[in-house]
Amino acid sequence: MFSLLFKLFYTFFKIGVFTFGGGYAMIPLITQEVMNNNWVDSTDVLIDFIAIAESTPGTFAINIATFIGFEQLGIIGAIAATLGVILPSFIIILIIASLFTKFATNKYVQGFLNGIRPVVPGIILSVAMIFILRSVFSVEDLQFKDFTFEIGAFAIFVLTFIMTKIWKRIHPIYLVLVSGVLGIVIFGLL
Amino acid sequence: MFKIFFTFFKIGLFTFGGGYSMIPLIHFYAVDKFKWISETEFIDIIAIAESTPGPIAINSATYVGYKYNGVKGSAFATLGVALPSIIIIILISAFLMQFKDNTYVEYAFLGIRIGVSVLILNASLRIYKKVKKSYLAYILFAFGFALAFFDLIPIVFVILIGGIVGLVANVFFHHKKEVKEDV
Repeated sequence: MFSLLFKLFYTFFKIGVFTFGGGYAMIPLITQEVMNNNWVDSTDVLIDFIAIAESTPGTFAINIATFIGFEQLGIIGAIAATLGVILPSFIIILIIASLFTKFATNKYVQGFLNGIRPVVPGIILSVAMIFILRSVFSVEDLQFKDFTFEIGAFAIFVLTFIMTKIWKRIHPIYLVLVSGVLGIVIFGLL
Repeated sequence: MFKIFFTFFKIGLFTFGGGYSMIPLIHFYAVDKFKWISETEFIDIIAIAESTPGPIAINSATYVGYKYNGVKGSAFATLGVALPSIIIIILISAFLMQFKDNTYVEYAFLGIRIGVSVLILNASLRIYKKVKKSYLAYILFAFGFALAFFDLIPIVFVILIGGIVGLVANVFFHHKKEVKEDV
């Protein structure tokens, strides 16, 4: 148990260190770590966790860390994962707040961030593609052996995508609600 | 000390979806209402929160807490902002277990997974739009996508390589400019 507890803490600490630019930037890191550690049975469960973490109050990062920690080891696991994801920011901000307030305008920091900024949407796009292949076309790995085209799933994809283009600032919770209702109607009732 | 804990607890409770939606709330409490920090400090905090790793909510809670009362203030603010999530998610996890095998819940999640995929797709497009465009940026974007999509190397290395390339490019660029100025 202690090795799993430590692993949860260490993994989320690592995720905290390498997340630049908010919750979405964390999703690719979490996906890779969670899949490699076999903390969920399939990509589906992870996407469900992300959906819930996006549509409940609080920070996405803490929600998802608590969720995965709780599923693995109950409350103590939730605390270990959450502490892990919090500590790097906490330490780094304390150092910056007490030592150098000019941090954000430093030439080297800016250079480093300029390099990271274009990489982040790239890795987020990759995880979006993996999730779309999984949720719309049932592809579990990149062998594409299980590729299926189902008109219902594709319709939900097109409808929700159009919705986000019409209401540009739509809150994630509404998208989750609408796609859930569409799921019940299209898969359950039609 | 209870006040800063309770304030950030409220901020954590009433924020849906992530750090950016938290920024107006932090501004309201920390700058307007309680005057823990000045307007300039607030802008500094956002800049620092965006240029350091970690969730923006934690970054800004730690910073405001520090300005309020040093390390102790930081600890209380950060705990405050994290606690609502921890409690709510544990309740939901326990609650969801009961409904996991309900057929309609399953159908709903089949739809929700697609909705979340669209959400993440849009996030990547939105963040991409904000990136300053250059040949190097296009290359780094494609490089990040390809390495992550085909799972070639751990994503932490993809991010690190991006940062190092940016750092080298910046130093090289500055160097060239200095040479020009000398002439």
